[in-house]
Amino acid sequence: MIKLIITKQKPNLLKNLEKYNKIFIIGCGNCATICKTGGENEVKALAEKLGDKVIGNIVIESPCNLKFLKKDLKPFMYSNAEVIVALCCGVGVQSIVEFTNKEVIPGLDTLFLGEVGIKGRFYERCRACGTCILYETGGICPISRCAKKLLNGPCGGMVNEKCEVGNYSKDCAWILIYKRLKELGRDFEKIIEVHNWQNKPGELILGD
Amino acid sequence: MKRIFSEFMKALYNNSFVFTTEIEPKKTVNPEGIINLARKFKNHVIACNITDNPRAHAYMNSIIASYIIQREVGLETICHMTVRDRNRLALISDVLGACALGIKNILTITGDHTTMGDNPNAMPVYDIDSTQFIYMLRKMVDEGIDLAGNKIDGEVRIHIGAVGNPNANPFEPEILKIKRKINAGVEFIQTQIVFDVERAKRFIEELKAPPPFILIGIFPCNSYRMAEFIDKKVPGISVPNEYKEVLKKANENKEKIDESNIEYFSEMIKELKKTTRASGIHIMTIKYEDIVGKIIDSVKGIC
Ligand code: SF4
Ligand code: SF4
Repeated sequence: MIKLIITKQKPNLLKNLEKYNKIFIIGCGNCATICKTGGENEVKALAEKLGDKVIGNIVIESPCNLKFLKKDLKPFMYSNAEVIVALCCGVGVQSIVEFTNKEVIPGLDTLFLGEVGIKGRFYERCRACGTCILYETGGICPISRCAKKLLNGPCGGMVNEKCEVGNYSKDCAWILIYKRLKELGRDFEKIIEVHNWQNKPGELILGD
Repeated sequence: MKRIFSEFMKALYNNSFVFTTEIEPKKTVNPEGIINLARKFKNHVIACNITDNPRAHAYMNSIIASYIIQREVGLETICHMTVRDRNRLALISDVLGACALGIKNILTITGDHTTMGDNPNAMPVYDIDSTQFIYMLRKMVDEGIDLAGNKIDGEVRIHIGAVGNPNANPFEPEILKIKRKINAGVEFIQTQIVFDVERAKRFIEELKAPPPFILIGIFPCNSYRMAEFIDKKVPGISVPNEYKEVLKKANENKEKIDESNIEYFSEMIKELKKTTRASGIHIMTIKYEDIVGKIIDSVKGIC
């Protein structure tokens, strides 16, 4: 199983692009390709819809990586463009802005960090909350999987193991956790303390 | 020595069998509606719950509504507070404000998700959950400090309640969650509505030790249609056929509907009083407020 950033196509993208006549499209060879939202096929499909307004397009291995942008994206390709449409996650969009200094329109909505299931469905599994508590919850993350991010058991909205949010179609994360802890023979009565949401002074930067 | 701040808690400690009911402030700037309701209830119940944006609908603030009722009517309130709409800072500051206004009982609530409400795109907060809210309130009351250990000037004189659901399926995780709340220091539990006395008994039985005070929630229906609606449309709650049948027979006749409710629920109340350690009954209604006093009167002398 691969972990990736899950995106979906923005509604009204074509409408928002109506006023432009010189458009350059950038796709993503990594997450958005696997999601089928910004790979070769999707870039081609968008280019066809926009017709001769498109002055060029490219799929970059990972637009979120400045090294790849530098290697693959040459200024002459996009310098005439009024706007760049980025079919990648919000991180990629920002790298492209930084690298090209052009107006960039996100073509996708960035949804979550997901697991790719066996049948090709995507499951939200982590919100990068900064303080991982997976040990306490038996390896099932309530911060991303419980609609209320609760840390101490199912809320009153649980009915027959399902969650009130989504009209009782999804499993209540806390029932999954309860079953898992039971399987592991672990105590369910211990209180999980208030979460440290790692309140960050703006952007976090890691590395030397 | 246990410190007691409210009339409600005093009655519970005195082993009185108590009655509470509920008022829902609406999307209004006028307090007359809640004041009139509170006047109706005043001579019947020891305290009245005031809901906090129920079903994630943005209504008049529960703290302000509680204050108005206590001041205008002299009826003690149990103020609901959800963790859906406030982070820990807002919770601390609202509790301090509630204390300043003389509110003595707080019911800690998770809160229905914002997607269920009347502003469905709102960001829900859930910074801390209801169990952690109880833990925080205990620190405020017992140690005079907030969650981070900062000192509070003056005493926080609040009793802490939580909700429980005797209808929960599966049942065990609900009980275990309430045990977490008991470990955190909750003093009383008011339950979701229940029609089936056996379910109520099972719930009380499971929460033997250490025992919080438990008030069982009931909901007299003002028509057969209402009972049908709850049975079919309210997830997780089932209404026994025998109750639905008597309402059906009453055939929209108000007096007969009242009689049926009085009979059904007074039996249930007597049974709970006789066979369990329930501390009282929490009566919720929709457009049927006058039944509250009638049911309570019908068990006077016994309870
Ligand atoms: S607790 Fe959940 S959201 Fe936080 S880091 Fe762990 S998996 Fe991610
Ligand atoms: S029903 Fe379960 S998953 Fe849904 S909000 Fe409540 S605890 Fe979370």
